Amino acid sequence: MKLDCKHVWGYISDYIDNSVDPAVREDIERHLEHCEICSAILDSTRNILILTADERTFEVPVGFSEKLHRRLEEEIKKDPESGEK
Amino acid sequence: MCGDSAAHFFMMTTATHNEAQTIARILAGEKELFHDLIRPYERMVYLTVFAMLKNETEAEDAAQDAFVNAYRYLASFRAESKFSTWLTMIAINQARQKLRRDKKVGFESIEETIEDNDGEFTPAFLTDWREVPLEALERKELREALQKAVTELPDKYRQVFSLRDIQGLSIQETSEALNMNPGLVKIRLRRARIMLQKSLVPFLKNTPPAYRRFGRAQ
Repeated sequence: MKLDCKHVWGYISDYIDNSVDPAVREDIERHLEHCEICSAILDSTRNILILTADERTFEVPVGFSEKLHRRLEEEIKKDPESGEK
Repeated sequence: MCGDSAAHFFMMTTATHNEAQTIARILAGEKELFHDLIRPYERMVYLTVFAMLKNETEAEDAAQDAFVNAYRYLASFRAESKFSTWLTMIAINQARQKLRRDKKVGFESIEETIEDNDGEFTPAFLTDWREVPLEALERKELREALQKAVTELPDKYRQVFSLRDIQGLSIQETSEALNMNPGLVKIRLRRARIMLQKSLVPFLKNTPPAYRRFGRAQ
């Protein structure tokens, strides 16, 4: 099936997740071969997701882990029965 | 920690197996092991609550509370879902309680049944963005723009995006954690991604438009 740009945009998210039917995937790829606009939308979206997944982009606050484990230690110490629940 | 992917896979598989054993040992009295059990999930839980509360201090407190609750109710964990999904559900509940207490009811309780009109969710055009992600990551400006754009997403989209794309949960895990139909997860994810693409275009390295060659997108 011949897809137009709007159809392709609707599939880009699922295409990136590799969750479109093989037949639709082929149609999308055929479209991408000749459509520079949709290729750029796909590339930019995919790259944004790569940046998103990078641990440097979304970080936990400094000292979070230390504070958390101190609090857990207090909890563990104050409830001697918790292991028996 | 380990660059070799086969070794990494082996470690992950072993980790899931070890997790069940660790939980059994904690429940049998080796409570100190709880520290090790949750270490791999600190970031995940923090970012889950941060996506909902949008405030560092509140997110730190809610994440701590979530882990304390996980400790207290560890005996109720059933291996039907993954430990990470169970933790995520506790974290979401914790943040929801906090929002309710503060009367910031940002998360709708009724799911829309019809979300099929994507008309207003169209991506922005740029003609070429082939910047290597690793190089782009070095650009602080882009990282900050991304953080801001995610924070500004409507709540229902940010929550799905955070679980799926920041924390790396699968669609299935995301839908379990939110108790939401996987189809709706996919729709919200698609819209969140398009919105982010749109708001980040000004920060992406671009080349002059080449519409003349390809015409306008229809």
